[in-house]
Amino acid sequence: MKSQLAQVLTALAAGLVFGFGLSLSGMLDPARVQGFLDIFGAWDPSLAFVLGGAVAVATAGMQILRSMDRPAFDRTFHLPSSNAIDRRLIVGSAIFGAGWGFGGFCPGPAVASLSLGLIQSVIFAAFMLAGMMLHDRYVARRTS
Amino acid sequence: MNTYMSPLAGGMLIGLSAAMLLLLNGRIAGISGIVGRLAQGIGIATNTAFVIGLMLGPVVFLGLFGEWPTITITASLPLIAGAGLLVGFGSRMGSGCTSGHGVLGLARLSPRSMAAVATFLATGVAAVAILKGFGG
Repeated sequence: MKSQLAQVLTALAAGLVFGFGLSLSGMLDPARVQGFLDIFGAWDPSLAFVLGGAVAVATAGMQILRSMDRPAFDRTFHLPSSNAIDRRLIVGSAIFGAGWGFGGFCPGPAVASLSLGLIQSVIFAAFMLAGMMLHDRYVARRTS
Repeated sequence: MNTYMSPLAGGMLIGLSAAMLLLLNGRIAGISGIVGRLAQGIGIATNTAFVIGLMLGPVVFLGLFGEWPTITITASLPLIAGAGLLVGFGSRMGSGCTSGHGVLGLARLSPRSMAAVATFLATGVAAVAILKGFGG
C-alpha cells in the first residue's frame, strides 16, 4: 500500500515535469509543430532540440536502469517486449503522423493544453479519445 | 530564453520525467499508452495522477512566467476533429506516439520505435505539405 501511494505521487510529479517541459519547449503550439514538419517550406528546425534533449536525458535514465534489479516502487520493470516491425506498427504510425501534421498536436500537448480551455484543444482531445477507444474496443485483436 | 535554449531545456525536462517514471515506477512515459489505458480503466490511480500532473504543467508555466504558453491554431474545427481522431486511432494502433516511440524508444535504441518515428515524421511532413499546398 505504501508503494501504491509512492507510485501515484511519482506519476503526478512526472506528469507535472512533462507538462511543464512541453510548455517550455514550444511543443504546445500547433503552428510551431507544423513549422517543424514544414521541411519543404518555411522550415523551423528548433523543435528538433526538444527531441534531442529528451532522448539525451532518457538515455542517461536507461544507463541507470541497467544497474537496477527493479524500479524503486515496483517489483519489476514494465517494458515493451515486442520487437516486431509489423504492419500494425507502420500503418498505425503513418495514421498518427498524418493527424499530427494536420492538427499540430500529438497526445501529450493535446492533454496538457486542456488547461488553457481553448475550444480547439477540447475538440481535438475529445476526438483523440474517441479514436483511441474506437481502436481499442473494436479494432485491436484481443491478444494480450 | 531563446529559440533553441527553451526547446532544449523543455526537452531535457521531458527526458527527466521519462527517467523518473521509468526508474521509480518501472513504467514507460508514453502519453498515448497512459491515456489509452486510462480510457480502458487500467491503472486508474497512477494514470489519472499523471494526466492531472500533465495538465498542471502549463499552470506552473503561467505561475513562473506570468503568461500561458503560446498556442496558435489555424486549422478549422472539422479539420481539428479529424486530426484528433487520426492521432488517437493511429497512436494506439502503432502502440505509441512522439513520447513512447520518440523519446523512450530512441533512448532504448529500439529498431521498432525507430521505424515508427521515421514513419510518423514522414507522414507528418506529407500532411503539412498537403495543408500548405491548399493554402493553409
